[in-house]
Amino acid sequence: MKQVKKLGGALAFFLATSGTAFATTDLSMWYHGAGNETEKAIIDTIVSDFNSSQSDWAVKIESFPQESYNDSVTAAALAGNLPDILDVDGPVMPNWAWSGYLQPLPIDESEFADFLPGTKGIYDGKLYSIGLWDAAIALYARQSTMDELGLRVPTLEKPWSTDEFNAALKAAKDSGKFDYALDLGMAWKGEWYPYAFSPFIQSFGGDIVDRSTYKTAEGVLNGDAAVAFGEWWQSLFTNEYVQATQDGADRDSGFIEGKYAFAWNGNWAATATLDGGVDDVLFLPAPDLGNGPKIGAASWQFGVSASSKNPDGAAAFIKHATQDKYLAAFSDGIGLIPSTPAAAAMTEKYKEGGVLSGFFALSNEQGMVRPVSPGYVVAAKSFEKALADIANGADVSEALDAAVDEIDTDIENNKGYGH
Amino acid sequence: MSMHTMSLGQQSRLLGRYLLLMFIACIFIFPIVFMMMSSLKPDFQLLSDTASIRAFLPVGDISLDNYRAAFDRAPIGLFIFNSIFITATTLLLSLFLASVAAFSFVFIDWRGKSFVLAIVVATYILPFETVAVPLLLLVNKLPWLSSEGVTWGWLNSYQVQIIPWVVRALEIFLFVQYFKDLPKDLVEAARVDGASWFQIYYKIVMPLSGPVIATVAILKFLEMYNNQFIWPTMVVQEEGYRPIMVGLQYFFQLNTPWGEVMAYLTIITLPVLVFYLALQRAFIASIASTGVKG
Amino acid sequence: MSTSIKRGNVAGWLMAGPAFFLICLFLILPFFMAIWFSFTDQRLISPNEPEFVGTRNYERLFGMSLLTLDAQTDESGAVKMKDGEPVYPRLRSYTRDKDTYPEYFRKRQWFTIDRSDNRRTFVLASDIVFLKAVKNTLMFVAIVAPVQSGLALLLALLINQKVRGINIFRTIYFMPVVISMVVVSMLWRFIYDGQNGLLNNILGFLSFGYLEPVNWLGNTATALPSIMAMSIWQGVGFFMIIWLSGLQTIPPTLYEASRIEGASGWQTFRYVTWPGLRNTAILVMIVITMQAFTLYPQIAVMTSGGPLDSTQSIVFQMVERGYEKQDISGGSTISVFLFLFVLTISLLQGFLTRKKS
Repeated sequence: MKQVKKLGGALAFFLATSGTAFATTDLSMWYHGAGNETEKAIIDTIVSDFNSSQSDWAVKIESFPQESYNDSVTAAALAGNLPDILDVDGPVMPNWAWSGYLQPLPIDESEFADFLPGTKGIYDGKLYSIGLWDAAIALYARQSTMDELGLRVPTLEKPWSTDEFNAALKAAKDSGKFDYALDLGMAWKGEWYPYAFSPFIQSFGGDIVDRSTYKTAEGVLNGDAAVAFGEWWQSLFTNEYVQATQDGADRDSGFIEGKYAFAWNGNWAATATLDGGVDDVLFLPAPDLGNGPKIGAASWQFGVSASSKNPDGAAAFIKHATQDKYLAAFSDGIGLIPSTPAAAAMTEKYKEGGVLSGFFALSNEQGMVRPVSPGYVVAAKSFEKALADIANGADVSEALDAAVDEIDTDIENNKGYGH
Repeated sequence: MSMHTMSLGQQSRLLGRYLLLMFIACIFIFPIVFMMMSSLKPDFQLLSDTASIRAFLPVGDISLDNYRAAFDRAPIGLFIFNSIFITATTLLLSLFLASVAAFSFVFIDWRGKSFVLAIVVATYILPFETVAVPLLLLVNKLPWLSSEGVTWGWLNSYQVQIIPWVVRALEIFLFVQYFKDLPKDLVEAARVDGASWFQIYYKIVMPLSGPVIATVAILKFLEMYNNQFIWPTMVVQEEGYRPIMVGLQYFFQLNTPWGEVMAYLTIITLPVLVFYLALQRAFIASIASTGVKG
Repeated sequence: MSTSIKRGNVAGWLMAGPAFFLICLFLILPFFMAIWFSFTDQRLISPNEPEFVGTRNYERLFGMSLLTLDAQTDESGAVKMKDGEPVYPRLRSYTRDKDTYPEYFRKRQWFTIDRSDNRRTFVLASDIVFLKAVKNTLMFVAIVAPVQSGLALLLALLINQKVRGINIFRTIYFMPVVISMVVVSMLWRFIYDGQNGLLNNILGFLSFGYLEPVNWLGNTATALPSIMAMSIWQGVGFFMIIWLSGLQTIPPTLYEASRIEGASGWQTFRYVTWPGLRNTAILVMIVITMQAFTLYPQIAVMTSGGPLDSTQSIVFQMVERGYEKQDISGGSTISVFLFLFVLTISLLQGFLTRKKS
């Protein structure tokens, strides 16, 4: 499907007969950033830099609103209508690879040796996607609150234990100064739940599915560790440390306005929090709930569609886009963690001693990818529902059993998802 | 009856009636007023104003900034054009095909008529949602004739948002009900005079059908402009073809700009509201005139 | 004579043909595809070839079993009690053991029936969420249809009077009808908000702060009623106009006569107005019922089925499974069910309204 750009009758004819050296091949690319001006501006710069840096390929970009991006890709895949280069959310990648939307990246993994582990989309032993950034979650707090409540500031080396965490929440509640002790972001639906909350269950020793076989969730999502997690999760709501339904505006600005003592939020909110006037904000590491502290890893990444006729061109673009200067530009623009230490050094906030440099360490040391399985897409929804139900007062063990049954039925329906 | 001749009792009863009417009017209008007023306010004020009557008043830091920002965030002009184009085309095709079909059901005797009519009416209870996914698989296989010759698959186009929506049982049903009450002898006389069926349709029947045409047009307009949400998400990937409802998703980012959301909701609503207020008499009269037939 | 004039096989087919063709192609054919998918394990997208699976999808949707258990006893043989209730063995030991109890495998408790002498029958079902969706949809129809049509009739009576400026009120009452349900749902999220919502603030103000704020959409008891109220608010103007048109077909002479007879307001309504509205009533009920069955955008925008499945609806589950979870066969099975269900209701409505006349 080479589409030769026509420069006008005779000239085009001349070029066509004198060889393909001058021909430019169009590459289509989809991106999830519609509606986000900063993000769009950066990606547009990367594309136009690439297009003017060589004459073999011309990337054309189509932006989608993030809310419906995955739906659009699924529908397009069904129609055999995918672009050459795709933007894919890390945990969804295995599903797209298994379903045949993606091909392994035609770039050697060694090119990305210094990238953060969470930015590499590896499925079935092959590298399918690579991210320009990673995201990390921290427990936002104020130094002043910590002092007032007399709390120890946890560190990566010595994070809070379950008891310390619970005690901190209780102290915040008892102080009577906050609407709620903790903002978990219950207002955000969808991928936020497994991204932000599955590390808790993992820290308890459970998981969404059994990663040793990927054939069942039995005993992992409803075993003793998982039930212990569920009881704890429910206690956050019954103790009124957290609200089960939250409106979006409170999620966006509640911590800044002082409605919450702590907020479980991503690094992308850090800039807004600093700009919002919280000068003494602390980005605390995740608590150790028994099985080591954990946070979610893997954000949006680039991959090449299986139907692309121009994997070379797609690879050339991805290599171009993963240069440190662009990683740094994205980081400066939307506050995400650049994938490499070299890029981090180029940024204002993530360089050594920068205000957010702690996140780089968080991502590197606590980051854990979500289950690497094509079944994740459905499992994530079952997990989300179970957590929402438990928060709203459902019987813990029953809600987790229901999620296990849904996940296992789905795995069987899909004949094991190729595992 | 003028005010002067009313007794005190009559006057106070009239006053009570107006108070009741106004109270009910407030119930129907307050969310709309809230939307429009909020669209003029910065986010933090919008949210804090919900605590008082200020939510419904243009007070505080009032500006059109949200509108400016909304236009920067999404190609709103394009979306409005797409929506109006899709709506108008569907509406015109629908009016024609539904009325012609209804004409043949009411005025012409033809083999298989009752069978076809029964099937058409039965599809009234087949909600679109029940067929959305199979339909997606289907439209992906359909041919289309364009300047590049025959192409396969309708995704990313206007036609995929138009043609599947053109005919619905309700429209045919409304036309049939209306035509049934037209005087039959007019048609028969024209037929005796040698007029063709199509001539009778557009020279005699359609000129008498103003109210039902208006009703179908209104219902179709509302359906197409207001409710196109799931289907375009499934079938349209290119920004150039997206309708206005899909554009709403551009505003749900991390840190949702609520003022802009309100501005966008107002922008979505204004064309319909203006259209409605301009034509409200015809709107209500026509729905009323076609509504009674059970 | 007139039959031959009206005859026109070619013209008839030519005129009805295009519309009929479009309906066949875009509604009926995909519906038959859905019927076929409901007997397979078709996925939205998958490298696995779809296979015929018989009625498996239907069994998973409707599968039910009864399990009767005796209350647990302690060593002395006395029934164990907790909080004044006898203690029963955990269902988990029955529902998670495929080898010993295949008939209960992966089923969940729907409801229970207490038998005499400390026995309890547990009604287990394979798909509680779906059953709750059916129940909620039925509740929605059963409440919204009469309340919406009743309120619409009251409004129509109110608006059907000759006072100055009545047009303005009529215009305002109809206004929500022309606004998209998606927009309306977004706005009502602000109204129903649990802390700073407009409704809570208004109620707090009217009761001088006596009423505590209610988390309307976050509470299992209030979420569905809140969505019902909003839906009624949005659509009532439309049915008001239809009632109004019915009212205006009643000849004024009848009212004149009843006035001369000295009938009260209620008597006039009961014996003059209501009989004149019969046909309108049938139309209103059919249209409202159909709309209520396809309850979807409100749920998608406001609650996503929560909290605790209290706002799940049939169409929401259909889209959730067929598209979001990529399980076309499961979504299609719900489609087929919904069609048969609505068909039954329509036939029933047709039967009931015919019988009376």
